Amino acid sequence: MYVADSRRSKAPVAPATAPGHGPASPCQEADGGHGGRAALRAAVPGAVVALGAVSLVTDISSEMVSAVLPLYLLTGLGLSPLGFGLLDGLQNGFSALVRLAGGHLADRRGGDGAARHKAVAAVGYGLSALCKPLLLFAHTVPLIGAVIAVDRTGKGLRTAPRDAMISLATEPEHRGRAFGVHRAMDTAGALLGPLTAFLVLRLAGGPLLADGGERHGYDAVFTVSACIAALGVLVLLLFVPSRLGGDATSTSAPSLRDGLSLLRLPGLRRLTLCAVLLGLTTVSDSFLYLLVQRRLGLATDLFPLLPLGTAAAFLLLAVPLGALADRIGRRRLFTAGHAVLLLAYGLLLSPLHGLPATVCVLVLHGAFYAATDGVLAAAAADAVPAEQRGAGLALVGTGQALARFACSLLFGALWSAVGGTTALAWSAGALALCVLGAAAVLREPAREVSS
Amino acid sequence: MNQLRNRTRVLILLIAVLLLGAVGTGAVLHAADRTARRDQAQPGAPAVDSGDVSLQKPTSGRQLVFRNMAWGPHRDELTAVPADRPDGPRTASGVHCLRFHAAGGTGICLQAEHGALDDTYRAVVLDDHLKEKRSFPVAGIPTRSRVSPSGHLAAWTVFVSGDSYAGTNFSTRTSVVDVRDWNLRDNLESFDIVKDGRPYQAHDVNIWGVTFADDNTFYATLATAGRTHLVRGDLASRTLTTLHDNVECPSLSPDGTRVAYKKRVPGLPDDAPWRLYVLDLATMTETPTAEQRDIDDQAVWTDNGALLYALPGDYGADLWTVPADGGGAARRVTGAAVAPAYVG
Repeated sequence: MYVADSRRSKAPVAPATAPGHGPASPCQEADGGHGGRAALRAAVPGAVVALGAVSLVTDISSEMVSAVLPLYLLTGLGLSPLGFGLLDGLQNGFSALVRLAGGHLADRRGGDGAARHKAVAAVGYGLSALCKPLLLFAHTVPLIGAVIAVDRTGKGLRTAPRDAMISLATEPEHRGRAFGVHRAMDTAGALLGPLTAFLVLRLAGGPLLADGGERHGYDAVFTVSACIAALGVLVLLLFVPSRLGGDATSTSAPSLRDGLSLLRLPGLRRLTLCAVLLGLTTVSDSFLYLLVQRRLGLATDLFPLLPLGTAAAFLLLAVPLGALADRIGRRRLFTAGHAVLLLAYGLLLSPLHGLPATVCVLVLHGAFYAATDGVLAAAAADAVPAEQRGAGLALVGTGQALARFACSLLFGALWSAVGGTTALAWSAGALALCVLGAAAVLREPAREVSS
Repeated sequence: MNQLRNRTRVLILLIAVLLLGAVGTGAVLHAADRTARRDQAQPGAPAVDSGDVSLQKPTSGRQLVFRNMAWGPHRDELTAVPADRPDGPRTASGVHCLRFHAAGGTGICLQAEHGALDDTYRAVVLDDHLKEKRSFPVAGIPTRSRVSPSGHLAAWTVFVSGDSYAGTNFSTRTSVVDVRDWNLRDNLESFDIVKDGRPYQAHDVNIWGVTFADDNTFYATLATAGRTHLVRGDLASRTLTTLHDNVECPSLSPDGTRVAYKKRVPGLPDDAPWRLYVLDLATMTETPTAEQRDIDDQAVWTDNGALLYALPGDYGADLWTVPADGGGAARRVTGAAVAPAYVG
C-alpha cells in the first residue's frame, strides 16, 4: 500500500492548520514548499509539548528514585546488591513485552469510537506514580522488587500510546522534529532527576550515606518523587487532547490478528528487522562506559559522570537531528546514527587516550541516541496506518529493546571469553555489516504514508 | 477533561502544584527536623566527651576503638572505651569515619566528604595519634577495612556502582596499600586467580573483605558466577587461591588457625541469608556460632575465644559478642557503635 510521498500529497492535517487559519510564516522552512505553510506551532504542536512536559516531569520523578535506590538498598536497608542487576535486566525485558500490550490496547476503540491512547498512557503513568509512595512502605527486597515491577509495567504500558500520540498530533513532514523535541524534554527530566534527589537528601540534613537504618532522608525523596509523578499525570489529563489528527476517521477497531499482520507491511517489516539487527550490535551503555573508563584511562571517580555526558549531548542534538531527519529522511538518519556509533567504537579501539577522547566518545554516543531514538519512532509512524499506530510503534520498539537486551547477554559472554577490547572489535565489525545492510534495505524511494 | 476552558485547566494545575509542593516541602522539613535531633544527646545514652585517643599500646589494659553512633555532638567520631568496660564513658577523638580498623599503631579510616550535591569518599591512613598520613580517593561507598597485625598494610573495600556487568548492577573494589613505601595495589581483581587448582578468569569477579595473616598473606571473599569463595591471597606473587565455598567477610583469628565469616545458609530469607560461622583452616570444618540472627559484618576477634560484631540497633548499630566455639550465647557489649578494633 504505497501512497504517494507525504511531501507531495495532502497528509492528514490537524484542524489547526486548516486553510485560512493564520498567515504563512515569514520564515519559510528550508525544505520549503508545502511544509513551510504550516506555522511553527503546527511543526511542534501543543499536544507534543504537553507530552514532552509529562515525560520531563515523570522522568524527574523516576530518575530521582533510580538515583538513590542503590544507595538506599545498600546503606538505608543494609541489603546485599547481589542479584539486583539480573533482576533489573529481567524487568526491562518484561517492560518491553508489556509495551506490545500497551500499544494494542491503545489502538482499541473507546465508547466514542476514538482510540484510547490517552487512557492507556494515563494508566501507565498512573501506575508508576502510585509506586513512589509505595516505596515508603516496602522495606524488604521482594516487596521493593514487586514495586519496581509495577513501575516498569507502567512504563511499558505508556511508551507506545505516548509515541503514537506524538506522531498523530504532528504533520508527517515534521515528525522527526516533534520526536526530537519530546526526547530532548524527556532527557532534560532524566538529567534533573538525580540533581533533585541529591538536593532533597541534602536539604533533609543527613549525609548521603545515611547508614545505620536511618531512612527518613530517603522517605523525603520518595515523597517528593510521588508529588512530582502525580503532577505529571495531572499535566497529561489536563493538557493532552484525547482525540488527535488522523485518529477519528477510523471505523473498525483493530483486532489482535491485525496487530500480527502489521509485519506484512513491507515498510514496517524492514524497519523492524533493521532495528533488531542494529539493536543486536549495539553495546549496552554500561559496557560502553566501562570500556571508556578502561581503554581511555579515565579516573574511576569520574565514572558516574559518563552517562551525564551522553545525556547532555542527546539533549542538545535531539531537536536539530530530528529536524535533519525530516529533511534527509528518517530511515537514512537512523542508519547514519548507527554509523556514528561505529565511529565511537572506532575511537574506543584506537590508541587515543585521555579526556578529549572521552568527550568525543560521549558526544558521538549522545549523537547516536539523538539520531536514532525519536527518529526510529518517527520512521515507524511513517510505515503504520494511524488506527494501528500504537501497536506498530510498540512492535518496532519492543523488537529493538529485546535485541539490545540479548546483545547485553551476548556481549557479557563474549567479554568473559575473549576480553572487552576483542568483544568490542567483534561488535564493531558486526555493526559495520548491519549498517551496510540497513543502508541497502532502508532506502527511501517513496515514504509510505497511510491516511 | 477536554471540555474545560484553558483558564480552568491552568487554575487546576496551579492549585495542584501548590498542594503537592506543600506536601513535598513538608516531607523535606520533617526529615530535616529528625536529622537535626541527631545532634542532641538522647537520655540513657553513654556519656561521650572529647579527649585524646591513641592507637599506641596503652599503659594499662586494652582499649576498644569504634565509630560512635550515639546521637549528639560526637556522632560518627572515633571513640575509645576501656576494653573491660565497653559500656562505660566514651572518649571522642574528633575524627569522623564511616568504617575503621586499627592494628600495630596504624589506623585505616574510610571517610565521606560532603560536596555540594554529591558525596565523595576517601581512605585515610592514620598514625598512632589519629593524624592523617596519607589519603586515597575511593570510587564508591565504603564497606570494609582492615590493617595487618604489624600495622604495615591497610586494605579497604568500597561498593562501585556502574562498574559492572548488566544494567544497574553493583560491584566492589578492594585495594591494599603498604604504609612503608605507599605501594598501592588498587584493585585485587587484577591478581591471578587459582580456582579449584586451575587458573581462572571471568568478567564478574568481585573481591571484598580482606583479613591479614601477616605482611604478605591475607584472606578475602571472592565472588564469581553467583557463588562466594574464601581465597588466600599472596601479595608478592599477586595470586588468589580458593580454599572453601560460601564464605563472605572472613576474619582471621589472632593465632591464624580459624576464620570467622558470614555463611549464606540455605532456606533463610533472601534479605537476611547470613549466619556467623567459624572455619578451622587445618581441618576445614565449619562450626555455627550461637548467634541466631542475620549477620552483615566482618567480625573482629576479641581474643582467640570470642567474636565481636555489629547488629542493627536503635541508633544504627550495636556491638555484640559470642563465643567462637559454638557454645554460650550472644551478649550485647554496647549500643550505638560500629566498626570496632582492639588497641593494645
